[in-house]
Amino acid sequence: MRIPYFPGCTLSTKAQGCDVATRASSQALGFELEELPEWNCCGATFPLATDNELALVGPTRVLIAAQEEGERLVTLCSICYNVLKRTARFLEQNEEKRERINLFIEEGYTGQVQVLHLLEVLRDELGFEALRERVARRLEGLKVAPYYGCLLLRPEGEIGLDDADEPAILHDLLGSLGCEVVDFPHATECCGSYLTVSAAGAAEEMAYAILDSATREGAEMLVTSCPLCQFNLDYRQDEMGKRHAGFTPLPVLYFTQLLGIALGLDSTEYGFEEHYVDPRPFLEQKGLIAAEKSQAVPAR
Amino acid sequence: MVENTVPIYIMGKRYVVPESLTVMKAIEYAGYRLVRGCGCRGGFCGACATVYRVEGDPRLHYALACQEVVHPGMYLVQIPFFPAARATYRVEDMQATPGALFRTYPKLLQCLGCGACTKVCPQDLDVKDYMASAMKGDIAAVARASFDCINCGLCAARCPTEQAQYRIANLCQRLYGSYLAPRSEHLKVRVLEIEAGRFDDALKELRELSEKELRRRYNEREVEE
Repeated sequence: MRIPYFPGCTLSTKAQGCDVATRASSQALGFELEELPEWNCCGATFPLATDNELALVGPTRVLIAAQEEGERLVTLCSICYNVLKRTARFLEQNEEKRERINLFIEEGYTGQVQVLHLLEVLRDELGFEALRERVARRLEGLKVAPYYGCLLLRPEGEIGLDDADEPAILHDLLGSLGCEVVDFPHATECCGSYLTVSAAGAAEEMAYAILDSATREGAEMLVTSCPLCQFNLDYRQDEMGKRHAGFTPLPVLYFTQLLGIALGLDSTEYGFEEHYVDPRPFLEQKGLIAAEKSQAVPAR
Repeated sequence: MVENTVPIYIMGKRYVVPESLTVMKAIEYAGYRLVRGCGCRGGFCGACATVYRVEGDPRLHYALACQEVVHPGMYLVQIPFFPAARATYRVEDMQATPGALFRTYPKLLQCLGCGACTKVCPQDLDVKDYMASAMKGDIAAVARASFDCINCGLCAARCPTEQAQYRIANLCQRLYGSYLAPRSEHLKVRVLEIEAGRFDDALKELRELSEKELRRRYNEREVEE
């Protein structure tokens, strides 16, 4: 099944490995993700003021590009998903604003595009039971904590992917891959987001709280869907180790990287070498990737 | 025979000029001597960026003064220079990576995708599209899409987030040319041949010809169809 796909800026650059894993695992499950022929940045944040129409222009253009290809658009990055879904909903419900923006950009968005996250495609169109059957390499004994972050779920009334306080979608996906799913209290706590630029110390503490919480519950790995979460959780684990006695580094993966491995696909191009906490030794030790595929890389 | 004339407004002052003149010629017809905002007169140097409106229509239009023929009731002004921010860098010290692009022009990531830049481009470039490519770190795509840019500055002038689109394009063009463009292998081979002296005798012979003989040989040379 063909679905128009919006990778977003980060999956095209820093998180390219995630894009590769996403396309490969989707294809293996029968979903042909077709990248929009032309697209621009989603805008990264949904405007905080309701009359900030100029900031809606970028995501509206993405929806117009999607409109050319069909009625649905799937994305993976939590941030892109948040912006595009809320924009689509806003434009669908506010005809006057939609017309104002259409007039400004001289285009005709009709307000019909449905923005989907890959997780809901897998849950609602494939089904996690069906996914379980397609797993070639069950991840038995792998203790994985699903980390949702903020933008994938909130604001619940506008996103509606899952319950914002007690989500289950990533838990269920990991369960169907055979993982031992580690539920932990910080699964929906903020990773620090853009504070990583303006207040790195605060961001480090927020990420530490999440990693520490997951470790206490027995997690060996964290899985997420957001490149910014992945970065914040991954990047400063060295410093956390220096600041907090007994800190255990945890590899942080995108769920599609793990999905690809579980489906028996070749994960060489999934960008593991770009991670700050290299997941390869851990994955090798668990027999999930072949030893010879991992080259020892000097610390970044 | 007297040509038809039309009224135009140069910086708000009314003049009557022959209707077939370009904006640039009309400004000179009106008695101005252009010392800025005038260059190649051929639509190639980007000096004569012009913003205009036509009486009765609130929409703004953008053009090159040397190319655009006057419109009756035209209100115009020229923008010979626009102070778009230019980063200082040495291409020799850089690599053609998205990181290098973002570090040199970090403001690039604030682009809204509004399309004002595409609307104003007198070369009909899709500036918004190459800015989108820049945000994706695709240096080669920016270099190719911006090839015909003449650095007139209109895009930067109209940008709500104050991007310097053409400066970013120039950086990408330079990085592309230095690091990404395919190298011509036959050029390398030819340079080696020249250094090995393969063409020395032929050049020596040419230098020793009389002008008459040189001209004869030139006129009778083989030309590929």
